Amino acid sequence: MSVVFILVFVAIIMASAFLIAFIWAVRNGQYEDTYTPSVRILFDDLLVKKEENENEGKSPTPNPSPKGKGVS
Amino acid sequence: MSEELKCIHCGNSCGKSPVLFDGNPFCCSGCSTVYQILNTNQLKQYYQIEQMPGVRIEDEKQPVDETYAFLDLENFKSKILNFSEGGISKVSFFIPEIHCASCIWLLENLHSLNKGIIQSFVNFPKKEINITFNESEITLRQLVALLVSIHYIPEINQHSIEKRSTDQSDKKLFIKIGIAAFSFMNAMIYHFPQYLPGHEFLETDIKRMFGWLSVLLAVPVLTYSANDYFLTAYKSIKKGIISIDLPIALGLITLFTQSLIEIISERGIGYIDSLTGLVFFMLIGRWYQGKTYQALSFERDYKTYFPLAVTRMTETSTVTIPLEELKAGDRILVRNQEIIPADSILKSGTASIDYSFVTGESMPVAKKEGDFVFAGGRQMGSAIELSIEKEVQQSYLTQLWNQTENPSKADYKLNTIVNRVSQYFTVVVVLIAVGSGIYWSLNQPELALFSFTSVLIIACPCALALTVPFTFGSTMRQFGRKGFYLKNTAVIEHLDKVDTVVFDKTGTLTNAQSSEIRFVGKKLNSVQLQRIKSLVFHSSHPLSKTIYNSIEGDELFEVKDFQEIPALGITGLIHGLRINLGSRYFVSGEKKEDESLTTEVWVYLEDSVAGYFQLENEYRSGLHEVIRKLDKTYELHLLTGDNDAEKANLIHYFGTGKNLHFDQSPTDKLNYIRKLQKEGRKVLMIGDGLNDAGALNESYVGIVIADNVFNFSPACDAILQAKQFASLDKFIHFTRKSIKIVNTGFLISFLYNLVGLTFAVQGNLTPIVAAILMPISSVSVVVFASFSVSLSAKFSRF
Repeated sequence: MSVVFILVFVAIIMASAFLIAFIWAVRNGQYEDTYTPSVRILFDDLLVKKEENENEGKSPTPNPSPKGKGVS
Repeated sequence: MSEELKCIHCGNSCGKSPVLFDGNPFCCSGCSTVYQILNTNQLKQYYQIEQMPGVRIEDEKQPVDETYAFLDLENFKSKILNFSEGGISKVSFFIPEIHCASCIWLLENLHSLNKGIIQSFVNFPKKEINITFNESEITLRQLVALLVSIHYIPEINQHSIEKRSTDQSDKKLFIKIGIAAFSFMNAMIYHFPQYLPGHEFLETDIKRMFGWLSVLLAVPVLTYSANDYFLTAYKSIKKGIISIDLPIALGLITLFTQSLIEIISERGIGYIDSLTGLVFFMLIGRWYQGKTYQALSFERDYKTYFPLAVTRMTETSTVTIPLEELKAGDRILVRNQEIIPADSILKSGTASIDYSFVTGESMPVAKKEGDFVFAGGRQMGSAIELSIEKEVQQSYLTQLWNQTENPSKADYKLNTIVNRVSQYFTVVVVLIAVGSGIYWSLNQPELALFSFTSVLIIACPCALALTVPFTFGSTMRQFGRKGFYLKNTAVIEHLDKVDTVVFDKTGTLTNAQSSEIRFVGKKLNSVQLQRIKSLVFHSSHPLSKTIYNSIEGDELFEVKDFQEIPALGITGLIHGLRINLGSRYFVSGEKKEDESLTTEVWVYLEDSVAGYFQLENEYRSGLHEVIRKLDKTYELHLLTGDNDAEKANLIHYFGTGKNLHFDQSPTDKLNYIRKLQKEGRKVLMIGDGLNDAGALNESYVGIVIADNVFNFSPACDAILQAKQFASLDKFIHFTRKSIKIVNTGFLISFLYNLVGLTFAVQGNLTPIVAAILMPISSVSVVVFASFSVSLSAKFSRF
């Protein structure tokens, strides 16, 4: 039965990893705005197409992931 | 009228003479200017993502550039900027106009408009934009001017300075929930094998490991996730009040110690799964109830309405000073669209002051040199010079605000149903626990302690504590979906207790946006009407526009010698005949200033005074129904600052003139509410402008009616979208249903408690009973509450 000990140990490590990931996501502000990213993801495609067509030297699309601190 | 052309920028009707650019029709030059800016910067996609996404701000309503001069000053800049280093700065603005996907797209592509902007992010629910920019290429002031030029006017006021470091509580709650969920899931896994038949064959080592792991999991839940419950329980004991948190804290502690004892003595596995589950469910309830409308503000005071800085005039020049430094006797310059910060006297210029935020009256008031001007109005038109009479703090409006410190709103939290119920609940539970403890100590002493703790464990009012958050939380969501926004869930309970309703008139019962116009006097023929229309076409005064739109026909005649005499009227020659339009004094020469409450535009044409246009505010549609229905259950009152010219009309609505009060100053309104409440009434005040702020604050519940809920509104408990006014009675009545649902929820959780207690007092409460009963009771209460609210909301049809 000692394999149970290993399994439990592995399970708790994995679960903890998810918990830490969740806490990181919350701290990072990913739950602050749950609407705008869903709209933003549709734009990026459109914009890239436009830039290709017109071949302009404009600065590229801003990176949509908010920078951890500073915001809020 | 043939086809109606719609402005491709904002979707408003273009009227009879659209502004054309690039083959596209626009309603005004303001809209077409924005189009041109976007067009030259290859941002035309703005118009493809959504149809007619723009915001209409007519040229004359656009704030002038100097308004933002204060943003160049170092001490303001440092307060407004979130972050600044090495020329790179970050700033966030609240922009009420953000409303659609196109807005997001455009605002996030600001870098195409100006190279100095590094990146910009929109937070749509908050209607906020975060901009990172390079200060060597674009200053803060230029940045704001850029936003203004594309009709996204950021709100910069005291509020935007002080609003730092909020919203941390939300994050904390999420983390607490996450930890509780983690512990709950894992504890269930450790407990589950021991609920199965044959668990007695499990190795002791494994049992021991599961036990200690559970305890380990419970520690962060107890010390971090549930710490609020212990804290509030402790606080309320210190105040001598029994709140719902007390039995919860008691239950949690007992659960934990009982489990610890069982695990140490290796008699069993304990109740850790129930404990963590409980905390998890209760936190979910707290989160559900705590939903707030991020973009709405219910706490605004005059500071958030007034500007941050004013322009003071010295002998030779002008300087921008912070509002706090403004002193009586100062001379200040107020430009187009700026707000008059303090009571003052008009020194030069012609003032046309929009008091719609104050009184709800949409037509601007004209003032002459030497007139006294109250603070709070917005200047429309050219710049004016004012001499400050009273400091900001001493002005009439601000004083009104300062004198209402409402004590009845401070004890909001303590009076809620759940706390009243829990007072009895706690006492009864403790009595039962002690009783069964005594009973068993006489009969079977080894069961005494166990039955005592079992009662405390099973009676933990989790289901009870969940009923209110879920019922009220769902009610609030249902209301929000229909345009009735509550500050918090306590407002629902308060609305239910209301027995008196007090209305304001202008802007509340009447529609501030549209007014009825009719002509009083000689009958005018169509040519005469066309002449009037041709004349007003040349004026940008709001009254002229209203008259212009009210007259049908397209033919415009040539106007010669057109003159606009500020604060008086307009004049011109059409077909060689002079036409004058304007104030009674201007047109007829009669000096009599009768303070008529309706707005009148007198007409002089063909050598005589023909009569006048009368503008009356329209009553909101559905008013009759709302009043009739509310009248059945509530005592209705009306307070208005206007005179009694409308009395007959109002009696028609209210049935009797008994509770109608006219000529009420803001202080009168406040005192009237105070008087009613002294008589023991629970008053619901329904108002709109700053002049109702005192009354709204003083009343038991204050509702503000707003055409645009994101615009400024005085501090209140709830904001009702103006177009939902007809449903007002349904909203109020629905709160009764919510209370009924809460009571039924209580009944259900009591029944569960009864079942649990029968186990507990017999000393039969095993971990498995707790593990089944406690989640089931919580979940069923949650399901019941949310379902019955949405079901009855469907039947109410508000």
